[in-house]
Parts: sequence; C-alpha cells; structure tokens
Amino acid sequence: MSTFFDYLIFPGFLFSAVFGMLAVYIDRKVSARVQWRKGPPLLQPVYDFVKLLGKEISVPEQTSVFTFLSAPVFGLAAITLVSVIVWNAMLVPGKTFIGDLIVVIYLLAIPSIAVIIGGFASNNPIASIGASREMKLILSYEIPFILSILTVIIKTGSIRMGDIVTYQLANPAVITSASGIIAFIVAILCIQAKLCLTPFDIPEAEQEIIAGPAVEYSGTPLAIFKLTKWIMLFVLPSFLVALFMPSADFLYNLLKFAGVLVIIILIKNTNPRLRIDQAVKFFWTYGAGLSLIAVILALIGL
Amino acid sequence: MKKIVIKALTKSIWVYHAACSPCNNCDIEILDLLTPRHDVERFGISLVGSIKHADAMLVTGVPNMKTAPRIKEVYEQMPKPGVVIAIGSCACGGNMFRDSYNFVKPLDEIIPVDAYVPGCPPKPEAMIMGVVKLIKKLKGL
Repeated sequence: MSTFFDYLIFPGFLFSAVFGMLAVYIDRKVSARVQWRKGPPLLQPVYDFVKLLGKEISVPEQTSVFTFLSAPVFGLAAITLVSVIVWNAMLVPGKTFIGDLIVVIYLLAIPSIAVIIGGFASNNPIASIGASREMKLILSYEIPFILSILTVIIKTGSIRMGDIVTYQLANPAVITSASGIIAFIVAILCIQAKLCLTPFDIPEAEQEIIAGPAVEYSGTPLAIFKLTKWIMLFVLPSFLVALFMPSADFLYNLLKFAGVLVIIILIKNTNPRLRIDQAVKFFWTYGAGLSLIAVILALIGL
Repeated sequence: MKKIVIKALTKSIWVYHAACSPCNNCDIEILDLLTPRHDVERFGISLVGSIKHADAMLVTGVPNMKTAPRIKEVYEQMPKPGVVIAIGSCACGGNMFRDSYNFVKPLDEIIPVDAYVPGCPPKPEAMIMGVVKLIKKLKGL
C-alpha cells in the first residue's frame, strides 16, 4: 500500500507532476524576463496539458500503433520512479536500497530511449533524423555524466543514495570540495543535454527539423511526452541536489532545486544551439576530460 | 468536460504558420507579432513547427493551383478542435490576384475559415484583435 502511495501520490506521480509544471512555469517566466517580456500566467502548463488531453489523436499510416502510442508511457513511468527514489533518499534516507544510484542512472536513460522509439515509430523522415540525433547525444553525454557521478561515489564511498545523503549531512557536502565543484559543472552540462535545452536541443531543433521525434504526435500522447519533459525538468536538478548538496530540510532542498533550475535556464537563454558533431566533440573532449580530472582529484582526496 | 477543454483551448493556442504562396509581408507581420514586443505568450499563444501540435492555422497568401490541394491536406492533418485564421487580404478573398490565371477559389471555399484579418499586410494589433474575437466566438459569447 505504501509503495503505491509513494509511486502515485507523494514523491511519485502527483508530486512530481505538480512540481514539474511549476518548474516549467519558472522556466518560461525566467526566459520571458530575460527577453524583457512579461511571460505566461501561473496556470499555463495546466492549460496546455488539459488542452492536449482534449485534442484528437492521429496515428500515422503504416506504423505499429502499439509502439507509437506506448512509447511516451514508458518514459513517464521511468521518470516517475526516479522521482520516488531521489526524493525518498532526501526525505527518509533509511528507506532506500543498496545500488539505487545505479538504478537511477539506468532509469534516466529510459525517457530518451522512449523518445527514440517514438521517433522511429512515427514513420516520418524528420522524426527519424531527430531520433538519430537523440541517440548520438545519449552516446556523447553518458560518459561525462557517469564519470561525474563516480566522483560523488568516490567521495562518499557508497552507491546507495540514502547513504550519500546522510554522509553529506554529517560531513561537508561534495560540492564544497575541488573535485565536487568540477563534477557538478560537468553534471549540469550533461543535464542540459538530457533535458534537450538550448545549447544541446539538437534532437528537436525547431528551426531545422520542426519538432524532432515528437513531430507526428498529437493529443494525449503528446501531452504525456510534454509531462515527461516537465517532470524531467523537476527530477534531474533535484537529483543533482541529492548528489552534491542535500540538506535535511525539505524546503531547503526545494530552494536549492530552484537555484540549479535557474542556472540551467540562464545557460539555455544565453547560448546558441550547437551542431550534433560539435556537441559530441564537446562532451568527449572537455566534458569527459573535466570529469576525469574530477575523478582523479577525488581519488587523491581533494 | 467539453467546457473545460474549450476554456483550456482558449488559454493556450498553439499556432502553425501555413504560408500559402504569400508575398511574405504578412509572414513578416506574423513574426513581428511573435516577438517580445507584443509578447503573445502572455495569453498562452506560441508558435509550433508541426501541424500535428497546432490548434490554429494562420494562413497567408492566395490559394493557387499548386497550393490549394496542399493547404487542404495540411488542414486535414490538424487535430480537431482547431481553428483557421486567414491573415491578410489575399487569404481573405484573393485581393488583386482575384482575376489571375492560376487563382483557384477563395480560401474559405477550400477549408472552413473561422476568422478573417484583412489588411495588406495587417498590423500585429489587428491580428491580436482577430484572435480576441475568435476566443469570444469559441467561448460562445
């Protein structure tokens, strides 16, 4: 019973959906203020979501209807599970299990894979280009992302998120050390790519390939895709908060999440889009190099 | 239930820009409308690239032999409920190309048009006026 409650209500679906909508509101509002505009009202994500639920669903010809319609649901289910694990680790550190950090790393790849499956199932050349770009992007950012998480594992000596949080509550947080801050910078850039935000929004570049993998989606599946994206905008920064600078208080955690979110939004608003080859080069040289330095520094003990 | 959906629709209109062989003046005015100066995101209006995501089609230009079947196909791909807004005198009724050799028929005889914004080109303020009237019509006022 408590598992269902965890998954559906509190740190799970409802909680992360509400805060995801809040996160995307903050995103749009801060972007608007950067561009000297007023920005949308608070309920704008809710209006968008309800409107999409009420629209007609169209399925392209000559495609697997089951694959096309179920791809968004996989992503949503996976990211909700990540929300449960991450927020349980921050709220009740004893509730977690050994190796859940590894599980989170795997689960975080599933929304991107769902996007790829949906894109290839769309039977549309633009969606295929978007999906193949998404695949290249995953290949490029996974190495620096895992290396920067490895820094945290070396610093705290555990692959259990509850232990990582309790270690940092007793000792200084990982981000206060030299290796921690380097790993945090790399992790923020990887998250930017995971969220498909502007320097790395190559898979759904609106000016080049319309909407990328989501081009054929309409109605409810598109709403689920959008909701997955919004929940990711909430869960990934809070994952970074849990790894690098957790605190015992729920509200402090939320404030730190908002800080990380604003950093991400400012990066998004001040950078032009890269090409896919530039992004791969960036992550495999600077990204992997910096995170490798962070790992070496952490092994030395800095 | 339908009321809630209609209310959400009027609060979040995603527009798709269908250029039906225009002379580009109307398109530039539409782009002007979407710039930070007018900030239509305040009302939830945003530009989308795919017709499958759209709630409103902004059609500019004169439907001719080449574009008339295509604009019809694009309209059929728009998920319903959706609306069509004819931007500029050309889309409203052919303007000076009415007697041209490749003019087929006015846009509203090809696809149902919900709002007309005349002008050559119409100002962004005129388009906002058209959208406001359309929202009132959708709400049934």
